[in-house]
Amino acid sequence: MRLSVVIQPEDFDVSHELAQLRQGDARVGAVCCFVGTVRERNEGSDVASMALEHYPGMTEKSIQTMLEQAQQRFDIYAARVIHRVGLLQPQDQIVLVAVTSAHRGMSFQACEFLMDYLKTQAPFWKKEVTPQGERWVDARVSDDQALARWGIQASNAV
Amino acid sequence: MKVTVKYFASIREALGQGSQTLQTQAADVGQLRAELIALGGAYAECLAQGKAVRMALDQNLVDASAILHEGCEVAFFPPVTGG
Repeated sequence: MRLSVVIQPEDFDVSHELAQLRQGDARVGAVCCFVGTVRERNEGSDVASMALEHYPGMTEKSIQTMLEQAQQRFDIYAARVIHRVGLLQPQDQIVLVAVTSAHRGMSFQACEFLMDYLKTQAPFWKKEVTPQGERWVDARVSDDQALARWGIQASNAV
Repeated sequence: MKVTVKYFASIREALGQGSQTLQTQAADVGQLRAELIALGGAYAECLAQGKAVRMALDQNLVDASAILHEGCEVAFFPPVTGG
C-alpha cells in the first residue's frame, strides 16, 4: 500500500502524478483524482491572488492519518495528496488527491472522502487579495456537513 | 511547566508572532487559553471565549479538556480553509 503526502510551493503535473501512482501495479483498474484550483471570484469579489498558510508538521501528520482512514474504509491500492502553499494566482492548481483501485467505485469514494476530510481537518488557511483588500477565507458549514456524511462529526466552521 | 504555543493565520497576525515559549500553571488547553486571554490586549480579543478558535496539542486537533505536559506544543488557530 502506497500512501503519500507532499506539501510544496511548486506546481504539480497531474499526468505525471497519476502515471507514478499506478506504475508497476497491474491490479489497478481505476484511477480517480480531484484537482482544486483558484477561482477568479469568491464570495462576490474578484480574487487577484491567494496566499496559503499551513502548520508544518501537523499538516503532514493530519493528512497521513486521513490516508490511513481511507485505506481502512475503502478497498484501494494507492493514494497521494499534494497541497500547495504560498502565493497562488487564479487558475493555479491548489490541491491534488489521487487514488487507485480495482474498480471505479472505491477510488471515486475514497477521493471524495479524502477531500471532505482535508477541508475540515487539515491545518491550511487561505487569504485572498481582493479590490476591497486582503481577507481570510471563512470556513463553510457545508464542509462540516460533507464530512458528516461519512459518519465523522466535524465542527470546524462553528 | 514550560510549553510552546503556536499561532496561525488571523490569530498569528493579530498577535504579531507565530510562536512563543512560556511558563504556565494551566493543566489543560482550555486553562492555557484562559491564561492568555487574561493577558489582555490582542490576546483577549483574538482568543475570546465564543470565538471560533481551533486548538491542537502536539499537532492533533483537541478540545479544551486536553491535558498539557512538560514541553508540549499547543496551537491556536481559526477554522481551517484548505483544499
